[in-house]
Order: sequence, then structure tokens, then C-alpha cells
Amino acid sequence: MLHVKEPGLFTTVQDLGRPNAINSGVQPGGAMDRFAHLAANLLVGNDPALATLECTFSGPHLVAEHACLVSITGADFDPHVNGAPVPAWTGIFLAAGDRLTFGARRSGARLYVAVAGGVQADRWLGSLSTNLLAARGGMHGRPLKAGDVLSVAGEPRKPAVSGRRVAERLRPDYADHTLCAIAGPHFKRLDPEGRRRLFEASYRVSRDADRMGYRLEGPPLLTSGEELLSFGLVLGAVQVPHGGQPILLMADHQTAGGYPVAAAVVTADLPIAAQLLPGDELRFTEVTVERADQMRRARAHALDSLRDA
Amino acid sequence: MQALRSVPRMRIHPLGDSALLAELGTRLDTALNTRAIALAAALKKRRDVRQAIAGYASVTVYFDPDQATHDSLAAAVKRLAGKRPPMAEPGRLHRIPVTYDGPDIEAVAAQLHLTPEKIVELHTAPIYRVFMVGFVPGWAYLGPLALELELPRRHVPRTQVPAGSVAIAGRQTGIYPLPTPGGWHLIGRTSVKLFLPDSDPPCLFRAGDRVKFFATNQ
Repeated sequence: MLHVKEPGLFTTVQDLGRPNAINSGVQPGGAMDRFAHLAANLLVGNDPALATLECTFSGPHLVAEHACLVSITGADFDPHVNGAPVPAWTGIFLAAGDRLTFGARRSGARLYVAVAGGVQADRWLGSLSTNLLAARGGMHGRPLKAGDVLSVAGEPRKPAVSGRRVAERLRPDYADHTLCAIAGPHFKRLDPEGRRRLFEASYRVSRDADRMGYRLEGPPLLTSGEELLSFGLVLGAVQVPHGGQPILLMADHQTAGGYPVAAAVVTADLPIAAQLLPGDELRFTEVTVERADQMRRARAHALDSLRDA
Repeated sequence: MQALRSVPRMRIHPLGDSALLAELGTRLDTALNTRAIALAAALKKRRDVRQAIAGYASVTVYFDPDQATHDSLAAAVKRLAGKRPPMAEPGRLHRIPVTYDGPDIEAVAAQLHLTPEKIVELHTAPIYRVFMVGFVPGWAYLGPLALELELPRRHVPRTQVPAGSVAIAGRQTGIYPLPTPGGWHLIGRTSVKLFLPDSDPPCLFRAGDRVKFFATNQ
């Protein structure tokens, strides 16, 4: 059991999302940085589908009631145990009474904490992830607050051994804000200038950036053609509304819309998108489906040694 | 052998590396929508498909990239789309009571040069089709709306629309299931709950259902 002394700015329970409920208009949800979520679970011997904590912009203050194995991945918020710095991307044993705290944000936007056995949470429509709109899933459909108690869901799938590690070269290069993307269904609706800009210009993440999506600021992308009939959307889609300032759809995206989709960020680079902050500059670079497939496989293989461990 | 039907205008586009969009057409059309719903249902039975979302005239397919490629899925979509869809059963009929006292009904009437009574008459006359469920939990796109009621969206969307608001825009009508921002014209309200978070599926309407509004004073 972990006691939440301070929740951090915005900490929610997340897993791999609830794709089965999309046909009812329920956002897919799930961890924004799936690589970090997956790595955190594997580091403590968990099944990848177990729940982790997603901590946005700042970390929580947690106290272990019993000895447990935890891991910290994703953004770097300067983790400490009992006041001494500890490494991220590795398993860490906490003894009863140990305090896990965080200092200042050093890089990235979202940090993940996994505990061996998984965080106990409400299951809603097949997923433990938090849906704030419906106030369901995770910690009773809301962010963590001081005084919450996090129970461990069950026994870890593998023995809890510390010392498993994800080497830096195996992690996404979070500092490289180039997002590989595949041209979208409505790319040809962009005017020639827009087609060039989309894959050349630099865009800035605006303040209007959350788990639903990021409004981007930069050279406008102008589209033509009649209004589209609404269709199903995907994580990573780059929507172009009237006015031409694109929106990058993230984990809690609306399930349907009628704006043109000019491109979609590839699976392998979604973790990098998840770690962007308002004010960060990004660039889209065009890749083929084949290249995206290679990138996705390489990302998955990076964690192979943990799966077999 | 089922007869193959040509699908002359279908276009299949990648949506990133693990989804695709199959566009059956570009018109708001009941027959196209029926085919989209049937195609989505057929695709969902495949092991390499994680989810298939029927749009007005399209299907968005999420697939497992470890089991399928874009090309293999696109071929499957084309094959399934060419099959005669199963005889469409009439969707379930929902009767929805509406109090037509929405904040926009006078303005809508003025813009359309109609009386509020005529708005109610035109809005309650048809049996609407649920073309698509999506956008926010429980939202359903209903239509087609009478031509006489066609209006563009409000210039300035409201930042908060109360749950249960009955609204119109373009050739569509709908009910806001949750308090959300919205740009449609609010002509009435209903007490019927569209989003049912503790049911599975958590939504009253399904794509292909039919909806009839009737006026009440409650």
C-alpha cells in the first residue's frame, strides 16, 4: 500500500485505454506515453496492462506502508527516496515507511510510477484508466488527492527483483522534437503552400494542451473543399480546423470529428509527443507506412530484454 | 457465392501506422450509412481488427499491426465492402419527449421566418436515423433534418451547454448528453439520459437506431 501525502499537480491512474467503448463516444484514454507506461510495468515484473500513475508536470509524495518494488519512467522530475536521489528507468525497492518524493521538473511532461502487482483501481468499460468527463475509472474517476491510499492489485507476474533497467540508448530520444508522421486522408485538401509547410515548418505547442490534444501555433495550413461528414478519429491525428492552426490529438481525444486530417504521427513517436510541454517547438517529418512499421518494431524490441527477464 | 457489388468510389487511406479510413462516399445518405455500419460490424469480427468505427459514410479501422499490414487490411476492407450487406434490420425506435423552450428557439424562428410552433411541427415530424455515435460520450448525430430547418452553426459557440439540450445545425439534430461546449442552436430539452455510464454499452443510442421526438410541456 502507498499513502498519497501530496498528489502532485495532476496525477491520474492510467493503463492501455478502453478502445471497446469508442463506439459509444467514450474517449479511448490510457497512458499518454505508452513506452514509459510499458517500461514501468515491465521493470517491476507486471503485465503491461496493469495500471500505473501518470504524473503531469510534477510528481507526488508517496509513503510505502509495506515493502514494495516500484519503478519511475518517462519525464525526469528528480526522484528521491528518503531525501536521497534515486535513478529512474530501473526497479527500486521501498521498505515500509520509505518516502518517494520528487524535486523540480528537469525534462519532459509526464512521469510514470509503477508498483509490483499494479495499482488497484476502478475498472470501467474494460479499462482502469481515468475518464474525467464521465468521472469513472482509475481513482473513482478523478485525479489523486492527498490522503488517497493506493492498494496493490495483486501478485506481480514475475518475481519482484530490483535492478532491471532500461538503458538510455533503448529509450525514445525525448529531446528530439521531430515527430515522424504519415500523410493523412485529407492531405490533398491542403493548398500547395500548406503541403510544404506541414512537413517543413516549426510548430509550437500552445497553452491549450492537455490529454485531449495540443493546439499548435505556427504558419497556418489552409484547406479547401466541402465540409466533411464526421468520421472516427485516431490518437496522433493532426486535425486542421478553420483558421489553419493544427490540433494534435492525444489519448483522451474526441472519438469523431469532421475536420480534415492532414497527417497522423506514427506509433513510435507518440511517446515523444506525450512529453511535450506548452511552448515546445516541434516539426513533423513525413515517413512511409513501411518506415513507421520498422520504427514501431524497433521501439517494441527495445523492451525485449525485460519481457524475457 | 454472394453477389459482388461494385464499390466505385471507395477510397482507403492510412491513418498513421495502425489504422485506416475507408471512405464509402461523401454524401449524407442512409444507404451509404447502412453499408458503413455493416462493414464496421463485419470488420470487428476479424482477429486482426481492434476496433471499427462507422462514420456517416466511412469506417475507421484500428488494426493490430503485428497481425496485419495496411495492404492486407485494405484488401480485406475492399472484399467485405463488395459483399451484399445483410438485410438491414430496422433499428430500435426511441421516442424522446422534448420541451421546446430552448434559449435559441425564438432566434431560430426569426432567422428561418417561421413561428416557434412551426419549428416544433417540423422537428417532431420525421423519424430520424442515428447516423453515428461519437464525439463525446453518448452523443449521436441524428438526421436528416427538414430542409426548412437548415441553419449554419452559431458564429460563437457556447462554452457550456446544459446536458439534455436538444439542438439543430445543418441537416442534423442531436441531444447534448453531458454539459460540454457546443455550437448548435438549442431549441428544446429532454429529461431522457443518453449517456449511461454504468451500463454497457454506456449509451442509449446505437448507430442505425431510429429516433422520434414528441413535444411535452414538462
